[in-house]
Amino acid sequence: MSLPAYYTTKDKVWHYAFRVICFAIFFFLLAPILIMIPLSFNAQPYFTFTREMLTLNPEGYSLRWYQDFLGDDGWMRSIRNSFLIGIAATILSTTLGTLAALGLSRAEMPAKGLIMGILISPMIVPLIISAAGMFFFFSQINIAQTFLGVVIAHAALGTPFVVITVTATLVGFDQSLTRAAANLGASPTTNFFKITMPLILPGVISGALFAFITSFDEIVVVLFVAGVEQRTIPREMWSGIREDISPTILAVATILVLISIALLTVVELLRRRGERLRGLSPQ
Amino acid sequence: MTKKLKLIALSSAASMIALSAAAQDPVSLTVVSWGGAYTESQQRAYHEPYMAANPHVTIINDDGSANALAGLRAQSQAGNVTWDLVDMLPSDAQLACDEGIILEIDHDAMLAPAPDGTPASEDFLPGSLGDCFIPQIVYSTILAVRPGAFEGEQPDSIADLFDLENFPGKRALQDRPGTNLEWALYADGVAPEDIYDVLATPEGVDRAFAKLDTIKDEIIFWTEGAQAPQLLADGEVAFATGYNGRMFNAIEVEGMDAAIVWDGQIVEWDGWVVPAGGPNVDAVMDYLRFATDTQRLADQAKFISYGPARASSAALVGQHADLGIDMAPHMPTAPANYYSPIVLDNDFWADYGDELRERFANWMLQ
Amino acid sequence: MAPSDASDTPTAIGNETDSKGRLLTSDGRPLRAALQRANRRRKLTALGLVAPLLAFILIFFAYPIVQMMWRSVDNPAVVEALPRTLAALEEWDGNDLPGEEVYRALYEDMLADEELPRAEQKMGPLAVRLNYEISAARSAIVRTARNVDEMEAPYKEAFLDAHRLWNDPTIWRIIEREGRPLTASYYVAAVDREYNAEGEIVQAPENRQIYVALFGRTFMMSVVITFMTFALGFPIAYYLSTLPMSKANLLMIAVLLPFWTSLLVRTSAWIVLLQGQGVINDMLVALGVIDDENRLTMIYNQTGTIIAMTHILLPFMVLPLYSVMKTIPPSYTRAAKSLGATPWTAFRRVYFPQTLPGIAAGGVLVFIISIGYYITPALVGGQDGRMISNEIARHIQSSLNWGLAAALGTMLLVSVLILYWLFNKLVGTDSLKFG
Repeated sequence: MSLPAYYTTKDKVWHYAFRVICFAIFFFLLAPILIMIPLSFNAQPYFTFTREMLTLNPEGYSLRWYQDFLGDDGWMRSIRNSFLIGIAATILSTTLGTLAALGLSRAEMPAKGLIMGILISPMIVPLIISAAGMFFFFSQINIAQTFLGVVIAHAALGTPFVVITVTATLVGFDQSLTRAAANLGASPTTNFFKITMPLILPGVISGALFAFITSFDEIVVVLFVAGVEQRTIPREMWSGIREDISPTILAVATILVLISIALLTVVELLRRRGERLRGLSPQ
Repeated sequence: MTKKLKLIALSSAASMIALSAAAQDPVSLTVVSWGGAYTESQQRAYHEPYMAANPHVTIINDDGSANALAGLRAQSQAGNVTWDLVDMLPSDAQLACDEGIILEIDHDAMLAPAPDGTPASEDFLPGSLGDCFIPQIVYSTILAVRPGAFEGEQPDSIADLFDLENFPGKRALQDRPGTNLEWALYADGVAPEDIYDVLATPEGVDRAFAKLDTIKDEIIFWTEGAQAPQLLADGEVAFATGYNGRMFNAIEVEGMDAAIVWDGQIVEWDGWVVPAGGPNVDAVMDYLRFATDTQRLADQAKFISYGPARASSAALVGQHADLGIDMAPHMPTAPANYYSPIVLDNDFWADYGDELRERFANWMLQ
Repeated sequence: MAPSDASDTPTAIGNETDSKGRLLTSDGRPLRAALQRANRRRKLTALGLVAPLLAFILIFFAYPIVQMMWRSVDNPAVVEALPRTLAALEEWDGNDLPGEEVYRALYEDMLADEELPRAEQKMGPLAVRLNYEISAARSAIVRTARNVDEMEAPYKEAFLDAHRLWNDPTIWRIIEREGRPLTASYYVAAVDREYNAEGEIVQAPENRQIYVALFGRTFMMSVVITFMTFALGFPIAYYLSTLPMSKANLLMIAVLLPFWTSLLVRTSAWIVLLQGQGVINDMLVALGVIDDENRLTMIYNQTGTIIAMTHILLPFMVLPLYSVMKTIPPSYTRAAKSLGATPWTAFRRVYFPQTLPGIAAGGVLVFIISIGYYITPALVGGQDGRMISNEIARHIQSSLNWGLAAALGTMLLVSVLILYWLFNKLVGTDSLKFG
């Protein structure tokens, strides 16, 4: 990269020093996550690089922790549970959240600030407090230690993200489109599915992804509300870290990192598509 | 041989009764226990043989015992009991019993007699039965030492735990007052039988905390039973207190390099309670009759080094199921180990626990 | 369901008016009324769209929290267990031991309790409740109640024989004080105070003071973490905002990947890196910086918690900063420089003030999340890295003092809500964006 000709030596030193600092910070962000990937192939039950690993000796590497993970009923059940709960919670929170966002973005909506405050409160209230409240209340209404209970809890935690992302999409939404469609004889249902839905879809999908990842990653409420049959992946990891931390955790972590990369890609593609559709080209 | 035959006859009779009573409706029992090596030993000694004899029963393990009383209270307040059987300490069991959230047990009517016909109430070790509590094991909290941490003389007493001069290094202690305060006084020269009298006085409590203060900077606290051997194995600490069965497992089964110090071992029972209003009380009672009989309790000692709570089981304790080593010398109650035990006083902890826990929490945070 | 504003809108045709000169719609109704009706209907449609979620959140989220907070003042144990005793205590002067009539009333209460079915008996919860206030209350109540049917008059003597605590005016003061359906004692305990013999609220003895210091520490750690995320987040947000879009998007992955990665994964990553036998210590030993005996203790303490939480919360600082910085035109700084300002002055006086909304948004966000954090301090905090959430969890799960947990939780929640309100005043919720 060429620097402007008027830069003094001091400017140049600062220019490069600043880049070094920035890349050190990027390194700080990424390295801890990436370092687990090679360590998960460690042939030894240690959390550090063995001599064989550093010399790239194939004997230093193995898939044993992945076999451990795949062969363990507890882990396998937790994967099923995580997806089951995550998908159910996402459907519930996306449906409720999208409807609410459509209502909230109408000019006629009364008490908008108050209602918005209540709806996004699950995002603001510390999780330990939500979890404690649900622990007591869910026991009373017989849904503690059930899938239904965990799904409801996770849906409640996920809705603020749906409300916020869909509301944001609707900010750029041209209401005259639906009016035009209605004038041309479209029924409200047709109007919704043919006009509104395609336009807000990127927002709905990225809201849904946020809701899914919220549930998929949630642990505090699971610790309080879930029973042994509803254990999710983070709950198994929690036990694993507190009890005997073996490299199996790293194998699981590696798989989860790959899942997050996939989700991240989807969200990023959606965001760009959304901006294109609404005519907001990236500046 | 005849004894064995009789036992087989007994247990098959028990399972026959179970078969006819339960009428083959599938039953799923949620058994709450401590997780790790301990649940594993119950799985192999109790659950698996029981499920083999009763194919309609499925047993699900939940490792929630550390928070069992909270769970029982919440479930009972809500009138929605989902646990069938809970493994807990007698002090918690007594509280739960006083609150009426677990069932009272008529030990002689509900539990199997010893093979020679001795009723259960006489067969279980003296002082172990509670109104609602069926003991399984005697366990002890002991000190374990990583030999590599010291050259020359090795620590062999609780006093050495508090001796930073001769034995420097980190110590892993449990993050609760029970056991730690007893040891502090014991190391400070109080005789085991006087410890609780001293601890019931404000001066005694101050004295115990003052003693703990001397090693405070070197303490790492652990919460879950499995953490203590882990910290030793990772070389994070030189000393760790822990449950003797977990340490046995780490040393003998997993080959961890550590030695157990039996001095001042703190002895306690652990056992079953049945939540009141649980979904499958009849099935649980049938399971309990099986799982707490003489042979089953002796069998558990094949997998973990906790002493069976029945006198009649002691003679049946044999060799470790996988390693083939004699288990008797690894029992906390083996004469060679039982030379200066401190018997945990549950009445004391029921009364003073709330106050001492607050003070201990404060002390940890300082 | 669908936005169908057009069909609701009354169609005003031309110049039709009624006798009073009001505009009419095509079907002859006054336009004003028709518009109002349509407006009302639209309002109802909007409300109807929001209603399902609002009801869902109120029932399954807000109500449980309010109910949990209620536990911090709810105090049924004494009132339900000892109605006769409380009535008899009204005559008591509050100094010496009460008279025979109080002990007789206590006897009657215990006897009546004995006759209830076991699940309805009140002495167990009473013993639990009073033991929070005074040690040994548990055995005083449970043991006395167990043998109450063998007791004979005079009851005062019988009780004094049964347990030493009945001989102590303190327990009677506590029974009298807690003999109301609502209590302040959990809040008193939550601010490290207690009641003295005169019933005044005084500072608790030093060795039982926990919570004020813990709130203070939680606050301090959150300040440090917020500052660290700012110190690390500001440069990279600035750098990203100066790059062309394609490059910025690529580097943004470094920020977004941690954001999307499981919290447990990130926490275990730091355990792997920081522990005694972990990657960083091994590297330092191999490089000869430290020797094998003196490995650094970087985890299971405050340091570990701060490092891990800074890493976990950094994206929450970078994202709002970046979105603000992107909107700042570079021409301002250039103008300042061309007018003779040094780069530092231009930055300080022109650029930096424009980033303040982003700093406020990121800072409050990180701070709010930090003070309620539970998982990371629980896993890597050891003792001195514990935060207030961990203490709340301890009281719910193991010490079982749910009233105190509720009081601490309410205090935490109120602090968070105040901060959030400030956040809203400062920057508005609109700046909460994700991805």
